[in-house]
Amino acid sequence: MSESRNVWVFIEQDEGKIADVSLELLAKGQELAGVLGSEVWALLPGWELGGVPDELIQCGADRVLAADHPELELYRTLPYTRLAVDQVKKYQPYIFLFGATPVGRDLAPRVASALKVGLTADCTDLQIGDYTIRKENRVCRDLLYQIRPAFGGNLIATIVNPNTRPQMATVRTGVMHRREPELDRVGVVEAVDVVLEPSDFALQVLSREVREATVHLQDAQVVVSGGAGIKSKDEFQLLEELAHLLGGEVGASRAAVDAGLVSREHQVGQTGTTVRPRLYIAAGISGAIQHRAGMDQSNKIIAINTDVNAPIFQVAHYKIVGDVGEVLPMLIKALKEKTK
Amino acid sequence: MATSRQYQCMVLVKQVPDTRSVSGEVMTSEGTMNRSVLPAIFNPEDLHALEMALQVKDQFGGQVTVLTMGPLQATEVLREALYRGADRVILVSDRKFAGADTQATSYTLAKAVDKAAGPNGSFDLVFCGRQAIDGDTAQVGPQVADKLSLPQITYAESIIDLEGDAIVVQRAFEQGTELVKCRLPALLTVVASANRPRPASARKRIQYKMASAPNEYPALLKRYPEFSDVAGFDTYLDEHNLKITVWSAADLQVDDTQIGLAGSPTQVYKVNFVVLESTDSKEVPPTPEGIQAMIQELIQEYIVD
Repeated sequence: MSESRNVWVFIEQDEGKIADVSLELLAKGQELAGVLGSEVWALLPGWELGGVPDELIQCGADRVLAADHPELELYRTLPYTRLAVDQVKKYQPYIFLFGATPVGRDLAPRVASALKVGLTADCTDLQIGDYTIRKENRVCRDLLYQIRPAFGGNLIATIVNPNTRPQMATVRTGVMHRREPELDRVGVVEAVDVVLEPSDFALQVLSREVREATVHLQDAQVVVSGGAGIKSKDEFQLLEELAHLLGGEVGASRAAVDAGLVSREHQVGQTGTTVRPRLYIAAGISGAIQHRAGMDQSNKIIAINTDVNAPIFQVAHYKIVGDVGEVLPMLIKALKEKTK
Repeated sequence: MATSRQYQCMVLVKQVPDTRSVSGEVMTSEGTMNRSVLPAIFNPEDLHALEMALQVKDQFGGQVTVLTMGPLQATEVLREALYRGADRVILVSDRKFAGADTQATSYTLAKAVDKAAGPNGSFDLVFCGRQAIDGDTAQVGPQVADKLSLPQITYAESIIDLEGDAIVVQRAFEQGTELVKCRLPALLTVVASANRPRPASARKRIQYKMASAPNEYPALLKRYPEFSDVAGFDTYLDEHNLKITVWSAADLQVDDTQIGLAGSPTQVYKVNFVVLESTDSKEVPPTPEGIQAMIQELIQEYIVD
């Protein structure tokens, strides 16, 4: 079979519940396939998949490759890699997208390495466009622009894979928008013949514990985040109090997480969670692209920083030049008073 | 009692610019990076990988080899590894490796790991940090594992059991943990919550202070006038196990089409210094009155209930 222009999405599901990022990628895939004039295919491994393939079609898949096999029930690197590599070799997709989840970040690099193709991690945008290889004076049409913050989030890079297929990328949960399922959408479900080798079973999963998320940043209507400007745990508690008053969640920049002020689950940004709340308060956050990529779509942004030139002010609707240790108590007081 | 054995450990590390300390002065007015402003450091998660390997050595014996690919200045992290307890360090360095993406990097590293293992040897465990702070891709570990045909255990937090040819590892991610059992040899990528890296030992600092690669000899000779020439210095370092091995592309017998920029399937189309969209913004004075007025406005706009 010759090379297609199809866009593939790797589907993660747990006991029939499809991961949000997989649905978001199906929607993005539809957009890309629309430009390319091609189809969106979903690669779905698992066991006793039930109604999952139909759900994927409703959410944007034109064809579902359903790999229903007992050995694929729990994710393991090697069996999943074999499946993905075999299917790619058989159908030669043009683009292959993965969620930047623990599974996607374990699997996608392995698959890319086995196929000797390029992979771009944690993309914040994907587009189709042309690219000229200057050395060869050759124009490559309709490549996947893989757009991501680079170098600790201080630059935005557009990466392309001109010579290898599929063009692979991972995307974090919440970066793309899913669409409403269309119940009458038509697609094809194809059962995959899964063939595994003894060497694929080098690793066994003894047990697995999934914690209920204690932080719900992604759905929060209000997020109050702290960064390097927060000097102590006491100051961080002011953020918690403020978040509580506003009925929101506490977020953080990477600097605050690295400083041990708060756990990584709270991190907002390209390598953390992407949020789109009604109100985002950035306290003591300078606003590297890495962070802004995760919050700049917020409806209203209040930024508090002592540095009048901090980049966060350029995306803020309300700029407060001042010390967080002084401004946060004023905010808390004002909110308490308005509820009286 | 089960027969215990030793484990040969390889740790892959990277010297990275400390992107955590990026400030305004790093960006030039033309929108390019002034990298020299950023200090070069031992990639933080790689220190946790080294610590995990050292703990295996403490418990079972065996050797810890630390390998890095980078410019000649990367000997700095290798000396740091020696101070912390590594037995052997190797620098993989060649202009031809420049511009490598994760595919070309993992190919080169896998070749170097093979060479370090020797024709009849192999490492039981290969450790990497989960990801490097300059790229954040977390791709090199799994891609080295693929190229060495090793099973991989990413997000490794602790070794629960190591016996014979099997390892039991706890993996940790944001939303859960997993206990896996894997046959050796295997590659682990280690997360920051794994351990607390030991500091450099004062004794080893003295023992290894002269450890250096040949390119560093001229500068060192000035500090140690007792050596009259490079050849004598080289012999001394060699005899005292202080010579840092440097391997070039030729030493690794790599396929030139798979290294550096030429061996990288990804290409950078463009890099933008982000121009921020100017938002419709208001400056709020940091006073109780200013804040109150802002809250009032947000209530009127139904942003705050």
